[in-house]
Amino acid sequence: MSYMDKTIEDLHEALVKGEVTSKELIKESLEKSHKVQDECNAFVTIMDDAKDVPVTDELLSGIPYGIKDNYSTKGILSTGSSNTLKDYVPFFTATAIENLSKKGAVPVNKTVLDEFGMGGTGTTGHTGVVTNPWDHTRMCAGSSAGSAAAVAAGVYPYATGSDTGDSIRKPAAYCGIVGYKPTYGMISRYGLFPFASSLDHCGALTRSVKDAAIVVDGMKGIDKYDMTSWDSSNIHLYDSIDGKVKEKRLCYIKELCDINMYPNADDELKAHLENFMRTIEKCRELGMEVTEESVDSTLLNAIPSTYVVISCAEATSNMSNLTGFIFGPRADGDKWEKKKKNYRTKGFSPLIKRRFVIGSYVLQSQNKDRYFHNAQRVRRLIVDKWKELFKKYDAVILPVGTGPAKKLEGSKDALDKNTAVLEDHLQIGNFGGFPSITIPNGFVSNLPVGVNITGNCFDDINVLNIAYALESSMEYKNQIAREVK
Amino acid sequence: MGYKVLIGLEMHCEISNTKTKVFSSARNGYSEKANTNVRPVDMAFPGTLPVVNKEAVRLALMASMILNCTQPEYLYFERKNYYYPDLPKGFQITQETKPAPIGSFGYLDYEVNGEMKRVRINNLHLEEDAASSDHYSSGSRINYNRAGVPLLELVTEPDFRSADEAVAFLETMRSIYQYADISEADSKKGQVRCDVNVSIMEDNLDEEDPKNWGTKIEIKNVNSFGGVRDAINYEIQRQIDLKEDGKYDEMPQQTRRWDEDSGTTIYMRSKVDAIDYKYFVEPNIPKFKISKEWLSDIRKSIPRLAHERKEEYMNKYEVSEYDANILVKEKAVAEFFEKTISLGANPKSASNWITTNLLGQLNKLELTIDEAKLTPEHLAELIKMVEDKEISSQQAKGVFTESLETGKSPHDIASEKGLKQITDEGEIVKVANEVLDEHPDVIEQYKNGKTNMVNYLVGQVMKKTGGKANPSLARDVMAKEIEKR
Repeated sequence: MSYMDKTIEDLHEALVKGEVTSKELIKESLEKSHKVQDECNAFVTIMDDAKDVPVTDELLSGIPYGIKDNYSTKGILSTGSSNTLKDYVPFFTATAIENLSKKGAVPVNKTVLDEFGMGGTGTTGHTGVVTNPWDHTRMCAGSSAGSAAAVAAGVYPYATGSDTGDSIRKPAAYCGIVGYKPTYGMISRYGLFPFASSLDHCGALTRSVKDAAIVVDGMKGIDKYDMTSWDSSNIHLYDSIDGKVKEKRLCYIKELCDINMYPNADDELKAHLENFMRTIEKCRELGMEVTEESVDSTLLNAIPSTYVVISCAEATSNMSNLTGFIFGPRADGDKWEKKKKNYRTKGFSPLIKRRFVIGSYVLQSQNKDRYFHNAQRVRRLIVDKWKELFKKYDAVILPVGTGPAKKLEGSKDALDKNTAVLEDHLQIGNFGGFPSITIPNGFVSNLPVGVNITGNCFDDINVLNIAYALESSMEYKNQIAREVK
Repeated sequence: MGYKVLIGLEMHCEISNTKTKVFSSARNGYSEKANTNVRPVDMAFPGTLPVVNKEAVRLALMASMILNCTQPEYLYFERKNYYYPDLPKGFQITQETKPAPIGSFGYLDYEVNGEMKRVRINNLHLEEDAASSDHYSSGSRINYNRAGVPLLELVTEPDFRSADEAVAFLETMRSIYQYADISEADSKKGQVRCDVNVSIMEDNLDEEDPKNWGTKIEIKNVNSFGGVRDAINYEIQRQIDLKEDGKYDEMPQQTRRWDEDSGTTIYMRSKVDAIDYKYFVEPNIPKFKISKEWLSDIRKSIPRLAHERKEEYMNKYEVSEYDANILVKEKAVAEFFEKTISLGANPKSASNWITTNLLGQLNKLELTIDEAKLTPEHLAELIKMVEDKEISSQQAKGVFTESLETGKSPHDIASEKGLKQITDEGEIVKVANEVLDEHPDVIEQYKNGKTNMVNYLVGQVMKKTGGKANPSLARDVMAKEIEKR
């Protein structure tokens, strides 16, 4: 009998009833970790010495989980999947992880990401490519690739993730699971290795909406070490899920969802958008009102470049602390500058270096207004547009990506001009700090695809409720990856 | 040909009077052992975040008000990005002029050689200090105690016309920082550091027109007021020499550094090679609304500054301007003076004791007034004893010196030495009559018209009492008693 494929609620019940012990759950999770490591290369570290804890009233107590390797964990290797920190063992733990520990959650591994979260393929971590448990020739997307693969493969019911552009919500869709990032500041970022501070969110990858609510309840809370965190002690996500969505109003964006917008659409994109429209019908059947809205394409088309400019600018500054002097392997060189240069040249992958160059370029005094300040202006316009939508609607519902997980072979991290916005619109959730959740909504080419629901800031409960109702009307809740090949 | 000199200053002063650093919970203290006041954020460990110290902001706003600057409606911080070994994050959190820093466009009136002058303040901003480094032949050592200490940077317009004016301004600022309880402003502790801008122009040209200004030379890292004076005078002469040699026009706008050992300025880099700091708003610190109420509370809490105290001493206590200047030069001295008179001492006597005796003796002992064993209580007691004629002024000087050396109270010293004056008239009458009984011949001479023989008799009274009889009382008594014979 296996347990790690169950929901948190079920596991808690089994633990409380004494059907199984925390120790047994950890043993099973560790065994599965090693199996999934062989198959998917999902982990940087597997904590074979993980200890069980007493089971309490807390739903998370005694249950194993995974931590994305860009969370600082005291005494445990924390690499950010980068060679620059390949031996870094921190002496403090991220607040979100501390909070989970207080609830009795038991970490059993650290998961692979795209180097410092700066990638969307799960292929750029220093330990190698993460493969999708549904089909090992395909990617998980990124950057929370290891977390998504492990949760989908049934290693444990949840893992933490971080999301700067779509790094929780895209991999969740590609792996057929749930990915949720709450409102900016609900979870402290203290101890999360930064990528782009104004866009970075902590969050969770799970197999059900309720589990996502339970995990974020456990991670969240105001933190004196993060000035952008806020007091959410009166918000109880899990307790607030009642599935009542009658007369909720949703909208989707015509320019993103209408197949006629894509004259060169392939079969997968067609199937994906058709499947999305079936989900819209489901919403209507549930009593929700769904409207098609139109947003200026010029604004939508500006999303990917706006994201690149802001995220690269912040990233190049955020990662200036990586010099190999205070932490990280010190490089050779006769002078200080030389040591620093060698460390950074050898440590970072080419993809990251490219982003640093972009970031430096857009911040240079002669370019700053044209690129960086304009990107911030466009970010404001996009956020204002979405806030306007949230005046009329409870949430915006959109398909995730252009179809199922992409092939590892021959995939590029470069953008396809025609479908770029459909691939990248989840970044709006980061621009505005909006609560945003992806849930599985079907299959294309026998592989899972996802749908995203995004609401206004501080409206997390509404977003979770809509996602929960929709999840309950479909048969993809708590699904475990079944290898299709 | 004559020249006019235009001098501008950038004065950096650490705020020493906060408990913790400006963005870190590490102690803000001049210490002691290297690398003891350090939190993870001070060494930029991955995932750490800045948290603004409100007290540092309060003190900075107070300085802004004293400098007659405008305060911003919202508080922002910005990143100044550059690599240096003493800057662990790879950027400094500071304030550029857009958005508004803690203070903009103010002025300050200051006195130079008895004349009042006004300097315009361009801006005042709050930032964090870098770590300090010590260089050895075998390498360098970095001390992170200073990393993150709050630092106020004040930028003046080029309104100074001589080194005297610049130094007088700096001394006024030091006094302000001390009196306002913002900083000890101690150059010896490295708390004050200056950059100086110097340019010269021909005397007959209009200095209001920037077109007439000469080439601006910036001199970095001048760490004492004496250094500022020397660097300005050296630089003026260097530039005049270039003019006279016809080489001035070839001189590029440049940054130089002051070399204390050689007493010269040395070329560092030209304006063309200036570093592009790629400023952008620090995303980890949300913009903060500065309320009118808070500003008004801060304004009310500004302590009395030196010039206010000086006027009070002159008008209320009739202290001379010369003495008042001495009393307010150091805040600790003014505090000592005020404490002494609050204990009931005569202000003029207190002023005399402090300016003529106390400061001179402390200077000889190489002590500060805070280190003196003699307290305001002791001084007030001593002044009272002289007033009450318990001891003579002559005796008081000895008592004062001993109190300063031992910390004993003047009463204890006087009674130990048996210095107390006999002021009991009955006792003196008794002694006077003893003397008269012993000198019938002198009475005879007196009666014969040698009235000045009273002096001799008074002398005998003093002798008999071991000098303790109050001299004027002894004279009065003797004059009366001899008449009775």
